[in-house]
Amino acid sequence: MKGNEAMAEAMIRAGFDGYFGYPITPQSEVLEHLQAEKPMERTGMVILQAESEVASINMLYGGAASGKNVVTSSSSPGISLMQEGISYIAGAELPCVIINVQRGGPGLGDIQPAQSDYFQAVKGGGHGDYHLIVLAPASVQESSDFVKLAMELANKYRNPVMLLTDGAIGQMMEKVELFPHQPRWTLDEIKEKKPWATFGKPEGKDRRIITSLFLQPEVLEDHNTHLQKKYRTIEENEVRYEEIMCDDAEYIIVAYGLASRIVQKSVQLLREEGVKVGLLRPITLYPFPVKPIRDYAEKIKGYLTVELNAGQMVEDVKLSSEGKTKVAFYGRTGGMMPTPEEITTALKESFK
Amino acid sequence: MNTEIIKPENLVYKKTDLMTDNILSYCPGCGHGTAHRLVMEVVDEMGIQGDTVGIAPVGCSVLAYEFMNVDMQEAAHGRAPALATAVKRLWPDKYVFTYQGDGDLAAIGTSETIHVCNRGENIIMIFINNGIYGMTGGQMAPTTLPGMKSSTSPYGRDEKEMGHPLKMTELVAQLPGTYYVTRQAVHKPGHVRKAKKAIRKAFELSKQNVGVCFIEIVSNCNSGWKMRPNDANQWMEDNMFPYYPLGDIKVDGQLVTK
Repeated sequence: MKGNEAMAEAMIRAGFDGYFGYPITPQSEVLEHLQAEKPMERTGMVILQAESEVASINMLYGGAASGKNVVTSSSSPGISLMQEGISYIAGAELPCVIINVQRGGPGLGDIQPAQSDYFQAVKGGGHGDYHLIVLAPASVQESSDFVKLAMELANKYRNPVMLLTDGAIGQMMEKVELFPHQPRWTLDEIKEKKPWATFGKPEGKDRRIITSLFLQPEVLEDHNTHLQKKYRTIEENEVRYEEIMCDDAEYIIVAYGLASRIVQKSVQLLREEGVKVGLLRPITLYPFPVKPIRDYAEKIKGYLTVELNAGQMVEDVKLSSEGKTKVAFYGRTGGMMPTPEEITTALKESFK
Repeated sequence: MNTEIIKPENLVYKKTDLMTDNILSYCPGCGHGTAHRLVMEVVDEMGIQGDTVGIAPVGCSVLAYEFMNVDMQEAAHGRAPALATAVKRLWPDKYVFTYQGDGDLAAIGTSETIHVCNRGENIIMIFINNGIYGMTGGQMAPTTLPGMKSSTSPYGRDEKEMGHPLKMTELVAQLPGTYYVTRQAVHKPGHVRKAKKAIRKAFELSKQNVGVCFIEIVSNCNSGWKMRPNDANQWMEDNMFPYYPLGDIKVDGQLVTK
């Protein structure tokens, strides 16, 4: 399956109640696959092609605020349009899933794969102090699995979750083992797990209000403190990363998603040459694997961060390693893909 | 004072429980309070408070959820119809209404308004048109009348420079997805009664899932217009009503011919 199709199929199987989206290359297969699959007949899942990404993200707000599990997908320019809505969703603490199949930027850019929305995804993106939980799949299998994981994390923390993938993983075909169907939440489950949700005032109880507006500064500060506390909990509990041959490594390449796939080959080539190199692949970009990067920084001769952008995650690698080792960067932009050999050369050049 | 006559059987009017006791944030003389009450009275009388979700806008009525005692969501500026779309699609048996001002519905939210009306979402849209941005201090709105002064059109709205007032209600009436479109007012008892009938009709129709029911309420903004409440009402009758004539525009999915 294509990555985009696998994500669409995973939405139905994970038991999402609604998808709201607007076509944009290179992710339109998500909406196409969903419409072709007739999810209303399969599970009762609502699919709606919105008039814009601005509308889709606000449909997500409404759907999530009413207690339903909802998801949208887009690509970089569309995700930029959604930023206002994402800020409101984070402020109102609405669990939902947003997929960004990244393409080259800035502006209209192109439709080739890129990783240049890292800052936007992990540092907030919209206005105000907030974080999304950001998952970065590196394969079609993970694209499918992480849709389900994203829904679980969103509901666990009452927080929006972003799947940050790219045009290559979205478009490429790989074997994928689809997880079994899980049913959509029943009314009783919604009532039990989301007592805050607005779908009609329960008899004899207070009305529920979903808002990100707190006009009194004292109250807004309390709300922000509460959000920050939640983010610290997420940082403690949800860091995910993968290590390949890091145990004896003198150099570690840090790369996520598509870039990590290329780096795997570079590591193999370098090992064949006798260079002790490993790969550390962040799976959660927020929360970032700060601790392992800090720990390895004391043991190794240097990090090389490889990204399909002009240098974004490298800042987090530098911050995490606290100046204890050299941090170099290699990247290509605009949808250009480095060869494994380019990366091996970059590592040798950076640490000669 | 003799309080013995205050018995349930003697009461001719009682504030609906679906209006909270919070003190309204609206200026004295403003139509918002009455419009809020009418919507809540209709929900109360139909006994549907357990199945009603309201969406508040950004504007003067940004705090509508403080006063309406039903489940409420606060939307980003102009996006209430998008929220309502999702709620209604995911909960098809619920009553979903938006409550929006002219800046929210007819300027920044134009796209959402048009597309919701064109898709024929089964929601109720309450549109308060006072021809001005009240909350931010009296700036020109899409509905500000020609020649009308505001803080951003201090010498009057020059249509050549600033464009024309937008008759959003006539516009959405043209779309196949709207079923009932009407323009009302709430500044006099007779108008209040008619407006309430219209709101009741919209909620009744919503049950039948026939498309968007769209109710504009032409209201005053004495603060923004810099007038005393009575003068504002008179000015509204003299100036707003000729441009925004009251009455039904579309009934049972058919445009009303006059």
